[in-house]
Amino acid sequence: MTDQIAVFIPPHSNIAQRLRKRFFSSAMNSVITIIVGLFLAWAVWNVFNWAILNAVWASPDGTSKVCHGIEGACWAVIDVRWRLIIFGLFPFEEQWRSTFACIVIVMVAIMSCVPFFWKPMRLGPLWVVGFAIFYTLMAGGVFGLSYVGPADWGGLTLTVFVYAAGVLIGMPTAIALALLRRSELPVIAKTTGAIIDAVRSLPLVSILFTAALILPFVLPGFLVGDKIWRVIIGFALFFAAYQAEIIRSGIQALPSGQEEAAKALGLTYWQRINRIILPQAFRNALPPTINQFVITFKETSLIVIIGFFEVLASGNAAFGSGEWSHAWVEVYCFVAMIYFVFVFSLSRYGAYLERHLRVGQH
Amino acid sequence: MTALLQSRKFRNTALQAGYLGFFLFLLIAAIVIGKHNLESQGITMGFAFLERATGFDVGFSLIEFGPYDTFGKMIVVGLLNTMFLGILGIALANIIGLIIALFRISNNGILNAIGTLYIETFRNIPLILQAFFWYAVLTHLPHPKQAVNILDSIYFSARGLYFPGLNVTGGAASLFFLALAIGLIIMIWFSIARRFNKIPKTTKSRIRMSIFGIAFLIGCIALVIGRIPETPLVSVPVLKGFNIREGIRISPELGALGIAMGIYGGAFLAEIMRAGFLSVGKGQVEAARSLGLSPWYVFSRVHLPLAFRAVLPTLINQYVWLFKATTLGIVVGFTDFFMVISVSINQAGQTLELIGILMLGFLVMNNTISFVLNRVNKAIALKGTQLRT
Repeated sequence: MTDQIAVFIPPHSNIAQRLRKRFFSSAMNSVITIIVGLFLAWAVWNVFNWAILNAVWASPDGTSKVCHGIEGACWAVIDVRWRLIIFGLFPFEEQWRSTFACIVIVMVAIMSCVPFFWKPMRLGPLWVVGFAIFYTLMAGGVFGLSYVGPADWGGLTLTVFVYAAGVLIGMPTAIALALLRRSELPVIAKTTGAIIDAVRSLPLVSILFTAALILPFVLPGFLVGDKIWRVIIGFALFFAAYQAEIIRSGIQALPSGQEEAAKALGLTYWQRINRIILPQAFRNALPPTINQFVITFKETSLIVIIGFFEVLASGNAAFGSGEWSHAWVEVYCFVAMIYFVFVFSLSRYGAYLERHLRVGQH
Repeated sequence: MTALLQSRKFRNTALQAGYLGFFLFLLIAAIVIGKHNLESQGITMGFAFLERATGFDVGFSLIEFGPYDTFGKMIVVGLLNTMFLGILGIALANIIGLIIALFRISNNGILNAIGTLYIETFRNIPLILQAFFWYAVLTHLPHPKQAVNILDSIYFSARGLYFPGLNVTGGAASLFFLALAIGLIIMIWFSIARRFNKIPKTTKSRIRMSIFGIAFLIGCIALVIGRIPETPLVSVPVLKGFNIREGIRISPELGALGIAMGIYGGAFLAEIMRAGFLSVGKGQVEAARSLGLSPWYVFSRVHLPLAFRAVLPTLINQYVWLFKATTLGIVVGFTDFFMVISVSINQAGQTLELIGILMLGFLVMNNTISFVLNRVNKAIALKGTQLRT
């Protein structure tokens, strides 16, 4: 009898059927689709009208006259002020240096996404060299480049600088903190744990504020240094506290047999950490690490609070002067686009990694 | 000597003592140098300044505050404002997050698309930029004379958003909400604490209702006592001359931060809640449906509680993180805890003490949030080795 039971095989679904299932599966669903769809179409049409059709793209004479009485967006403000937003107050003739410096860092970031560089002996030098080129280009003072101090840096370049420097200092600190927290000596583990937890429960703003304005009071004179470096160290500390917990969770996810086997083979502590523990821990912790990179990039915008002229502040300045004060929506959209491009591509890369790493795991 | 150095126990003790000593040294050195530097500026350490009058007003306050009040009171005002903004922002973020999460898991393609678009847009733009943007939006609203007006009782203007409210003092209103909150906490504790497990279900629900009733009654008494005399009970905003009077005013600063936190936090909470909904076993929802429960019952009694339980630990972290985001108040001039501290540092100069208060305040607030919620989590988490499929 069994061979007579008809097995129901769903027909190969074509596009029409799939659309029907997604949008018109029931009466209620159809009503929602139509009403929400109409609303969405109306909203998209209005935004399109404002941003593209009725927009003014350029201002030939550099004034805001072209934008008087128009209904669309005034992108002319970006045309006139984009240098201010991207480069801040960097000297006009030297802005090519700022451009190249940014390109170098972005190239280094893209290269570190390639698995070939995923070794400490390749990734470390790559970033150190990239950062050194960035700093030389920006600061100058050698090879016939005129000196431009960090106080004059601004705009997107400053954001990239603070981010790269913070992560570069923060990553080794994070590894050290994670290892110290796992230490077998209770006092060391507890002290490190207390420091990490304290930093994590404070808002980043208060840490940056302390680093910028309070530290000069409590440091001996020769250690005070430049404000930007103090802020970067505060930023790196905050990043390190979060990243240390991520690495620690990556280590904890390892089967204890891994470390025991390494011990049984007679490997020393550093051999175990370098060859066995950390490579696997980083692989476990890669998705949250990328996520932390994303969050950290967004958080660089907080340095505007302590008076740095990064991309958000230069955006505020771009429409701050009377002439363009009506164009705040356009400027904010432009700055938001800049952040979006960086953050979105990074998080997409993270999602891609997560999919691919899962394939090889057992 | 070499024997001592070779002894593992001695080395370990020395290492630990050295490590701890290093941090203690840093801390003490910082305090000593700080004290010296401040004294050379003519500032003496101590907390006496908390008793001094500030000499200026704060923009927004839940309790009465004037220029003659003390720094101590101003810090309390800042703390209350931070908590108020935190609760407002987290509540808004929860509502938005739940709606977007439901959009994302619905089987309607257009709702899915809107949910995805929302999350990818607002999650990828820094909160501070969104706060700036909404502040600009709210301050670019028309002047009170041309305010956007809904039914003559809600006004949107550049001076703020005006809603109808009760004619009571701010303190009484806070007391009302405090009473409700305490009642709610006692109710939750009563429902989940194991020591009340033996009480029968019907008695339990009756006791629960009476707890809530008592809390509501106490809140109402506070409202009646705190009523501003010789005014109508309900105050509706009206346009008088160049300004809008009466009603409850939400300043652009508070509004911008609340909206920004709600929208940004909502995008993150939506993803967490979506993961929670997806983690609920299909069989459990289907079982509830096949028992003949209505869709609303299936959602509110089965799907939502199970999803909530699955993601509560992640949600706790997100709430603490959102709470810390209230420090952005300073970019739009909202007098939150952080801004109050930084203003006091400028005015009173007691840098070290004030930074200490700031850090202590956030440590206490954040740890309280995570402690309370972790207790809730522990109480509702799956016990033992129950299968979770």
